[in-house]
Amino acid sequence: MTTKLMGQGVQRVEDQRFLRGHGRYVDDVAVDPATLHAAVLRSPHAHARILDVDVDAVLDLEGVHLVWTHEDLAGLSAPMADPLPLLIPHPTLTHGRTQHALAAGEVNYAGEAVAFVVADDRYVAEDALDRIRVTYDVLPPVVGIEAARAADRLVHDDVPGNVAARMVQETGDAPAAIAAAPHRLALDLTVERSASTPLEGRGTVARWDPDVGRLTVWTSTQSSTGVRAAVAVKLGLDLGQVDVITPDVGGGFGVKINHPWPEELLVPLAARALGRTVKFTEDRREHFVSSAHERGQVHHVEVGFDDDGRLLGLDVEFWHDHGAYIPYGLIVPIITSTQLLGPYKPAVYRVAFESLYTNTVMVTPYRGAGRPQGCFVMERTMDAIARYLGKDRAEVRAANFIQPDEFPFDQGLVFQDGRELEYDSGDYPASLEKIKTLIGWDDFPTFRKAMAEQGRRVGIGLACYVEGTGVGPYEGAHVHVETTGKVKVATGLTTQGQGHATVFAQLVADELGVRFEDVEVVTGDTRRMPYAVGTFASRAAVMSGSAIHLAATRTREKVLRIAAEALEADEQDLEIVDGVVSVKGSPGTSLDLGTIAVLSNPLRYAFDEASKAATQFSVGDPGRPPVPEDDEPGLEGRDFYSPERATFASGMHAVIVETDPDAAEVRILKYAVVHDCGRLINPMIVEGQIHGGVAQGVAGALYERMVYDEAGQLQNASFMDFLMPYATEIPDGIDIDHLETPSPLNPLGIKGAGEAGVIPSAAVFAAAIEDAERIPITAMPISPSELFHLRQEHTR
Amino acid sequence: MTEELHDVRLDVNGTAYDVRVPARRLLSDALRHDLGLTGTHVGCEHGVCGSCTVLLDGAPVRACLVLAVSVSGQRVTTVEGLTRPDGSLGPVQQAFAECHGLQCGFCTPGFLTTITAGLRDNPAPTHDEAREMVAGNLCRCTGYQNIVRAVERAAELAATEGRP
Ligand code: FES
Ligand code: FES
Repeated sequence: MTTKLMGQGVQRVEDQRFLRGHGRYVDDVAVDPATLHAAVLRSPHAHARILDVDVDAVLDLEGVHLVWTHEDLAGLSAPMADPLPLLIPHPTLTHGRTQHALAAGEVNYAGEAVAFVVADDRYVAEDALDRIRVTYDVLPPVVGIEAARAADRLVHDDVPGNVAARMVQETGDAPAAIAAAPHRLALDLTVERSASTPLEGRGTVARWDPDVGRLTVWTSTQSSTGVRAAVAVKLGLDLGQVDVITPDVGGGFGVKINHPWPEELLVPLAARALGRTVKFTEDRREHFVSSAHERGQVHHVEVGFDDDGRLLGLDVEFWHDHGAYIPYGLIVPIITSTQLLGPYKPAVYRVAFESLYTNTVMVTPYRGAGRPQGCFVMERTMDAIARYLGKDRAEVRAANFIQPDEFPFDQGLVFQDGRELEYDSGDYPASLEKIKTLIGWDDFPTFRKAMAEQGRRVGIGLACYVEGTGVGPYEGAHVHVETTGKVKVATGLTTQGQGHATVFAQLVADELGVRFEDVEVVTGDTRRMPYAVGTFASRAAVMSGSAIHLAATRTREKVLRIAAEALEADEQDLEIVDGVVSVKGSPGTSLDLGTIAVLSNPLRYAFDEASKAATQFSVGDPGRPPVPEDDEPGLEGRDFYSPERATFASGMHAVIVETDPDAAEVRILKYAVVHDCGRLINPMIVEGQIHGGVAQGVAGALYERMVYDEAGQLQNASFMDFLMPYATEIPDGIDIDHLETPSPLNPLGIKGAGEAGVIPSAAVFAAAIEDAERIPITAMPISPSELFHLRQEHTR
Repeated sequence: MTEELHDVRLDVNGTAYDVRVPARRLLSDALRHDLGLTGTHVGCEHGVCGSCTVLLDGAPVRACLVLAVSVSGQRVTTVEGLTRPDGSLGPVQQAFAECHGLQCGFCTPGFLTTITAGLRDNPAPTHDEAREMVAGNLCRCTGYQNIVRAVERAAELAATEGRP
């Protein structure tokens, strides 16, 4: 038996091309002088009516091939003139509004697409943009949650109160339970806007082949199949005429899940209109002002509890700033409203939120997707209860945990996927023990004392989370054994650096008994797997991992069936090792997978030595047709995995910080993570995900925010001003411990791991800074100057 | 309006390329679009992220802040030039593979060139110096832990081989 690869830190196969500079990101496709380049004219105003767009001066510019405004679109394809789709409708989303591919008479954020130019290169296309004259009637904008709630001005004239949706969920009468509780607290908590900010921005390339009437689109997306469907509908093509390929993607973190972006439609439309390959590559400023942000929410909490800190009633109301449009629906606030419960079980819970329009960039999920805010709310509440009761913060948490014998645990709410919020498995008390040990929770008072003697101020924080991962509806996989014995695997979801080519190959190698090196995985290519959903919500390993495992199992069954016939042996007596099927105990009787692949396809042509050898066998009963009724030619397996509900990963983070007494700078002394994502496929990759998540968490807690002025102008739309952490801002060393509570919902027992690192960061830093400073921390991120001002307020 | 074009000879990874480009053509764009060397990545085009870092006569520079016409006569090394002639990985590349120093791989070329130059100047960095060496490049995926380990591992590999 070969050693199982599941659970091993196998080095990544994709690294070879990345390390040699041979990665193929969208902008690396169609690098030839014949390719045309697109650029987009974007609104300089946050809110304005467009009175006139004059493009006359553009077309005489040498090298310009076309310029379009909204007026041109209907003539090219009728659906192009309609608003972009509202991807995820919801009954409570009563006032959904989406933008047009090019603004139709009104702009609602600075950065909204107004006109589209295609030219010989991007330099010329940008020159052309400078020549377009737009006359705007500038309107006062709505910026920030306070202004949206005040509703003195409206973002959309026909949306009263700027409210797109109001949603309430409850498990009983929380206000009554709170009123009756022995103790009560109220808190107001704020999280500011940040964004995914992958290093590769958005990009799309399209090529129309008039000979066969087919469109090929390469795009940097988290959902190739989604883009494919959108392009087909909007361009008036059959789905079968559109292929979407997602090559290497330079990070996504949620922002690339929205589809279609205006450019994902305009580029293919231009490619068809011009009969030339057209490319759009976003620049960094465009990414800031025209893709998507997240996180901006204001929360009000009322909580009632007993002497042990047990939650008797929890009532949360919050306001979510989703920007100017809401194409991705209510996913983020629904997640906050449900996932804020974390590992706890309040006796009664009520949550209400409003999703509000503002004249700013729209929102799509950003790694963690509403959970960092939810975790911040719940963990701040736990800390407040502990402070109020004078109890240890870990103890108050432990008093509220769902216990290991209570799984599956139904929280009595509806989750983002429309299914019950039912946790599958977990062991929160065990996690708490681990994190306390890892961070040195019980020794901290001694450490604090020693530091205080040196005049140093330190604090410790702890935060727990639960993450619904691996949401449906499904993913599929196709496994194909070539006549060379190589195994080609395709799954439809995309890859943005998570090492899918490696982990999925591990699963196939294990199930099929082939060498890891002989497995090649393709993701995000609709030609290879047209049925797929996408890579988000930490779902790839659970969904595609399971589908690939099932498809490999099917393939294995076929391998054994054919081999058994050819070797005249019983299937039970066969084993597959390193791509060779043999009868256990008699190694002389064997066939390799390539030969079986030839046998699976009863073509009697000997193309090469392998097929010559294979055709020596007579397969099956000569009295039956060569391909029996219940069979297919070819050594392949295809299968789909569709779970009943999400699987719930969980974890806890702890941090020790030091705050500078003068400069109010926050230094990270120690960071610890306990993480449970069920069974690990590749621990090296999981740890990498945690590292990256923690870095984004630190960023969100201490540095990153979108700074809008009153006019709705984003003031920090560059890497110079939006502070993404370098190595120097990230803890030097992160202590990680794993817990594995397998999920009963899928064949491999796995849960997702992609977002965990980022969920508790704002909460854990707020706790540690509060502990160091003895000042309530209620808003994140927190900069040194904000901490400085808080100190001044509290000494007054 | 026709743009004036300039003939430039670019010496990249030991090969001479003759290109005709406008004066405003960035080196990063010339490498990628005129020479087809797409290993050099553009993450910001304003000199902050470091993804476009190449070596100019051995010294790291941001290719997005340099005009192609200005590097005539200088030796340019891109990530494609870090692989050995026999196709095997150089020590910095090898260290990244071993230490899982990359995820999406977009920032990676900039880190590889930066570290190659860094280790030439300081072949045996301390842990703090290793962190410092990569502190001018952004990575959104890895959280840097494994990149710093890769710097240390690359130093080891280079030392056993006797060359960076
Ligand atoms: S692309 Fe040159 S530094 Fe970012
Ligand atoms: S590996 Fe993705 S940005 Fe560094």
